[in-house]
Amino acid sequence: MKLYANIAVSESGYLFNPMNGDSFSTNPVATDIIQQLKEGKNIEEIKKFLFAKYDVEKPTLERDIDEFMNELKDYYLLDNNG
Amino acid sequence: MDKKRKITVAVTGLNAVDSPGPGIAVIRGVRDGKDYEVHIIGLSYESLEPGIYMEGMADKTYQIPYPSAGSEALLNRLEYIQEKEKIDVLIPNFDAELYNFIKLSPKLREMGIETFLPTAEQFEARDKVNLFAFCSKNNFYVPRDKTIYSTSELPGLVKEFGYPLVVKGKYYEASICQTLEQAQKAFHKLEAKWGLPIIVQEFITGTEINIAALGDGTGTTISAVPMRKLFITDKGKAWAGVTLEDQSLVDLAKKFIKVTKWKGGFELEVMRTVDGKPYIMEINPRFPAWIYLTVGAGQNQPEALVKMALGQKVKPYDKYEVGKVFIRYSWDMIIDIAQFQQVSAFGEN
Repeated sequence: MKLYANIAVSESGYLFNPMNGDSFSTNPVATDIIQQLKEGKNIEEIKKFLFAKYDVEKPTLERDIDEFMNELKDYYLLDNNG
Repeated sequence: MDKKRKITVAVTGLNAVDSPGPGIAVIRGVRDGKDYEVHIIGLSYESLEPGIYMEGMADKTYQIPYPSAGSEALLNRLEYIQEKEKIDVLIPNFDAELYNFIKLSPKLREMGIETFLPTAEQFEARDKVNLFAFCSKNNFYVPRDKTIYSTSELPGLVKEFGYPLVVKGKYYEASICQTLEQAQKAFHKLEAKWGLPIIVQEFITGTEINIAALGDGTGTTISAVPMRKLFITDKGKAWAGVTLEDQSLVDLAKKFIKVTKWKGGFELEVMRTVDGKPYIMEINPRFPAWIYLTVGAGQNQPEALVKMALGQKVKPYDKYEVGKVFIRYSWDMIIDIAQFQQVSAFGEN
């Protein structure tokens, strides 16, 4: 799964979807996930990256990432064909 | 360096109020053009239209008769204005006045005034009253609707379309109604304001998108820029909006222009459903009030229209900036009562 290529992401994690005009502010963890997605990392690689960076239990991390990915899908930010 | 040609452009729609006419945005676009030295004549209906008094907009303004006075009265007034001003191009910006201007356009040309307007047939085809038939015939997605003359027809439409029902005025305004009583109330209110018929439309859920476009009259699209409203007033008008990147929306405008050979500016009001279908909700036969966003995004539609009206060939724009935002604001101007008096008493300033 990938972010749509034309989603604009600022360094501070502000997202703009040029296809429907939606924009979002994200917290630092979400910004990390989005940056990783932008770099083409897969879910497993992102989980590994976050686990190394943050002090978090693995099940909590997995659940949070799954929830966040679903949110991205709900807001039409993920390219299912990507 | 060649001296720029001086031209005089007349523009209506100076009512830059909370539900604004497009005049001021059109003037800004025309003034931003690089090819001409422009003298702007404002044409107003009311003495308190803010555009009459705004610095750097209309160089001079004349009041013109309301559309209900008919085309003869309008022609007489324009003859008077033309004697003094030598207008080269006239850009009308209200739905309600367009019919008169379209009708008068051959006479205006004889007087030396060029317009760039759709034909009466094109104008009629996209009218709210004919929208369903027009879109169905040309394979555009369109909500079902019915034109009605009496509230007795409402209960049947509730059964057919379900709630909410969209009740629309002949020219402007619409109400979303959740009960029969609301629909009846909206009917009477819109009838009193805009007259009959009233259009009742099926409600479509989705993302509202507007497209400002310009056709050259032969089927070629000169410009098409889609925008999503970011802030909407209680009258449903965009107070802020952002340009979008979506080729399917540009293609929708192109298809409309190809099918109709539309001449002039127009706005497609689209509701894009969750499954991506672009339903055409309304087609406004003139530039929208947010037209200056097209200039900001790199496609100066008012300038292109003026050039085409003067017989110049205009190359279609092929790109615009995505993520350009407009934000409208209100501003209290201070003028002297003498200025207001001049407009109010003499119909010109």
